[in-house]
Amino acid sequence: MTQKREDIIERPLGWRGFAADWSSDQRAFKTASWGKAMMWIFLLSDTFIFSCFLLSYMTVRMSTTAPWPNPSEVFALTIGGAPVPLLLIAIMTFVLISSSGTMAMAVNLGYRRDRLKAASLMLATAAFGATFVGMQAFEWTKLIMEGVRPWGNPWGAAQFGSSFFMITGFHGTHVTIGVIFLLALARKMLRGDFDQERRGFFTSRKGRYEIVEIMGLYWHFVDLVWVFIFALFYLW
Amino acid sequence: MRASPTSAENLAQASAPSKGSPGATTTAHTQAQQHPIKLYLVVWGWLFVLSTCSYLVDYFGLAGYLRWTLILLFMLLKAGLIVAVFMHMAWERLALSVAILIIPPALLVFVALMAFESYYTHITRLTFFAAGG
Repeated sequence: MTQKREDIIERPLGWRGFAADWSSDQRAFKTASWGKAMMWIFLLSDTFIFSCFLLSYMTVRMSTTAPWPNPSEVFALTIGGAPVPLLLIAIMTFVLISSSGTMAMAVNLGYRRDRLKAASLMLATAAFGATFVGMQAFEWTKLIMEGVRPWGNPWGAAQFGSSFFMITGFHGTHVTIGVIFLLALARKMLRGDFDQERRGFFTSRKGRYEIVEIMGLYWHFVDLVWVFIFALFYLW
Repeated sequence: MRASPTSAENLAQASAPSKGSPGATTTAHTQAQQHPIKLYLVVWGWLFVLSTCSYLVDYFGLAGYLRWTLILLFMLLKAGLIVAVFMHMAWERLALSVAILIIPPALLVFVALMAFESYYTHITRLTFFAAGG
């Protein structure tokens, strides 16, 4: 075992390391566990899904002859009689970024085995996530009451509604799934599963703090997708 | 062995396989990611600043190429910070970074294909819709 660990430490770095790792025996990702590598590969496949949504949005927006509704006005909130452009979306962006910050610190404290602080930060992350989904539900309700449908809206190109519901709907689903997993992992952490290496009820694998980092990868990815949606759908 | 080690120095021990489980080779390879909390707070702050900047682009109603350039610039900076620091890609070995990061830019080819296609569709629609078809 110690032989192997020294072997890892002595592996070359940079592009030589890349060539050595990929041409080596048994495993290409020497320092990432299978769980982390598989989460990255899943996220890559998820990237393709969201890319397809954003690409179809680009295609319909570029090819329509009807004017595209101005997102700055569509998503404006009226505060004190004056419309503030994109206010709700900006708040949602800050909420999601904050959740990413608390998640990153939860991963860090998890590896320090600070069970209580890490679990509270995960619960805070879940709370931010739930807030985000709640604000999205509010936004959907507001738009639906104003007459936006997947097949039409009062302001212009019909494709606006279908793009909006598809893209934000899929993203909101991802956030919701993330919140559920965060709550489940926080419970496991508080129960001490990762300290006692208690086996999971479904996978029968030993509990370990690395699962928090893997969960974090998923959560940061959801934030990452929002960065692209915010820029390409709401701001463009 | 698991008697609540809290300091970062114990991490090497924490990520090593526990006694009596020599088969646990997966954890033997794993390196626990450990960086100062301050780093995350700084990145968090920058993400706030960059988000505010991209919001201000809309607030001040910038338009045209200036708007699109700024939006894309802030978007890429934010994405870079999240992937590099929050997702720890900066500390992974190149074998993993290359496998994951080289592929998304290939989507730009897809973007270009669809842009040509929609340009053509747009022209066709303008031509035939105008003729009453």
